[in-house]
Amino acid sequence: MSALAESRGRVRPVHDPVLEIKNLSVDYGYDEPTHVLRQISLTLNRGEVLGLAGESGCGKSTLAYAATRLLPPPGLITGGEVIFTDRDGGRSDILALNDKDLRASRWQDMAIVFQGAMNSLNPVFRIGRQIADAITAHEPATSKKDALARAADLLDLVGINPDRARDFPHQLSGGMRQRVMIAMALALDPQVLIMDEPTTALDVVMQRQIVEQIADLRDRLGFSVIFITHDVSLLIEIADRIAIMYAGEIVEDAVAQDVYRRPRHPYSDGLLHSFPPLRGARRELGGIPGSPPDMANLPTGCPFRDRCAFAFDACAHIRPELVAPAVPGDDPRRSVACLRHDPERVAAGGFEPAPVPDRLALH
Amino acid sequence: MSAELLDLDESIDLGIAPTAPSGKKRRFLFMRNAKALTGLGILGFFVVIAIIGEWIAPYDPDARSKDLLQPPSWDHLMGTTHTGQDVFSQVVLGTRSVLLIAFVAGFAATLLGIVVGITAGYIGGVGDESLSALSNVFLVIPQLPLIIIITGSLPSAGGLSVAFVIAITGWAWGARVLRAQTLSLRRRDFVEAARANGEKTWRIVMAEILPNLTAIIAAGFIGTVGFAVLSQITLSFLGLTPTDEWNWGTVLYWAQSQLALQRHAWWWFVFPGACIALLGMALTLINFGIDEFVNPRLRSTGMNARGLRKRGIRPRIGFTPVVHEAKEDRA
Repeated sequence: MSALAESRGRVRPVHDPVLEIKNLSVDYGYDEPTHVLRQISLTLNRGEVLGLAGESGCGKSTLAYAATRLLPPPGLITGGEVIFTDRDGGRSDILALNDKDLRASRWQDMAIVFQGAMNSLNPVFRIGRQIADAITAHEPATSKKDALARAADLLDLVGINPDRARDFPHQLSGGMRQRVMIAMALALDPQVLIMDEPTTALDVVMQRQIVEQIADLRDRLGFSVIFITHDVSLLIEIADRIAIMYAGEIVEDAVAQDVYRRPRHPYSDGLLHSFPPLRGARRELGGIPGSPPDMANLPTGCPFRDRCAFAFDACAHIRPELVAPAVPGDDPRRSVACLRHDPERVAAGGFEPAPVPDRLALH
Repeated sequence: MSAELLDLDESIDLGIAPTAPSGKKRRFLFMRNAKALTGLGILGFFVVIAIIGEWIAPYDPDARSKDLLQPPSWDHLMGTTHTGQDVFSQVVLGTRSVLLIAFVAGFAATLLGIVVGITAGYIGGVGDESLSALSNVFLVIPQLPLIIIITGSLPSAGGLSVAFVIAITGWAWGARVLRAQTLSLRRRDFVEAARANGEKTWRIVMAEILPNLTAIIAAGFIGTVGFAVLSQITLSFLGLTPTDEWNWGTVLYWAQSQLALQRHAWWWFVFPGACIALLGMALTLINFGIDEFVNPRLRSTGMNARGLRKRGIRPRIGFTPVVHEAKEDRA
């Protein structure tokens, strides 16, 4: 994995990682652990919107929570590094920070907007005060008046009339509350914003507004976003790069348009054929047969093979790893974990390599 | 009650099986908690003593002998009283009434608390108001004086009547807690869903709400048993129950009235006192065990605290523990 990351680094012209997740492993349960994330590596570059997609239970949220060490018991990080690079180039491993530094780093360096974030607001305090609270907690020197003024500015930033700062949460609609949470997350000018299904509870109009707002704010403030959702069509709109997860692993990592037009992993292909395209030629809707494997006892080899139309004999025995796809002319920065694209590994395992099917080699 | 407790004790063997629990043994996960296990062990010991006391007591507790005020010896394990009675026999034979009264009182008080608390919490309105007022009245009444007055006015204040007096004065706290929790539970979505499904009120209370209160009820029960032990021993110590019915409080009553302290007869009050402390500790440990068991998420945490400590894991919310154990099979 690290060799791959290095080679990617040489190729990519602007390789400016703000968050590097390396070999992150997570277990649930201490006694008879379920390995929910197995050596995941992922890099988030400065100013980039990275989309994380996959079905329910594939580990998207676990990845985000583990990277911020917010995973509740019985979650346990069993290995890996999460390197955060500050604006001045200082690097720190989130997983090695002590409690005090971790607390200080939260919100300031990395802010999270939770799933169903609108319920994260305390119903008995005015929203302006709640935002100001976050500011004064991290910057005790700020006066209450300044903090409230900044809170009003932040509300303006996310398109809420600053007069509403004196409202209580129940006086706002769901979408507005969600935007208040985004304003709150941006209060300390974080460099990484993790959004865990921030739009799931909202209607499509509100979804669109919020997604546009995030894109707009990203352009103005220059933070990076990890956007977690199972809505792939939404991701294609907002993300620069998309990582597709399956059964606790990343199976494809590529530029958003590449994932959309030229999927290389059969699972990504299946996901894309699970919803109708909004524009362009009509596609046949296929969906993905079967259901995700039981994480507590994963089959050997490729976890996707039972649901895969292109599985061959090697898939039952060899675990695929992320490699550059075996399609000539592909973006060298993209990677895919499928044995169809990895003839060397198949050959090394003593099997006959199978060619890349046409469907996974579109141009 | 005691039969049920014995069942629990028997299951300990299953619970601490060295291999990981699987299938049916998962039922006994609670038993793997070291605190609960210690508590249940001590309690089980007293239950056994209570049952077989008659056969293992070496002397008649009332019988006088020539060994006056003897310190502990092989003849008299816990020494003798001023009339030569054997303290060991008194303590052993007193165990049964202590445990019986404590558990009957605990059971009755918990039952009363459940009925009043859940009814008040679930029906709301006027019924809630009046039941809450009732439990508030019982909460503000000073318990011990009330117990003393009631026992004093009873024609015979022995055995079960004491248990019921304790139950009547001790149920209000549990009712209060259960009412509060029921109030919160009945608004939850799963209860609303059950109502929308057309479930009967009875079924909603018994099958939807009650299981969520199990931990509180269990903890409350154990707490009430502890309260009952102390109240009953206090009553006996003050001489309000017949002084010829042996329990640990009666032993202490005689020790106090015959100036054991001044005569340096330490064995007379130290042994029954230690029994009270030990039983209290056992109940508290069981309560700790229940506490750690309440939250299903923390279940695996409380169960093997020692193993976790060895691996350097301190499970906390908001600070996920990090261990570097995963084998790096990817370069």
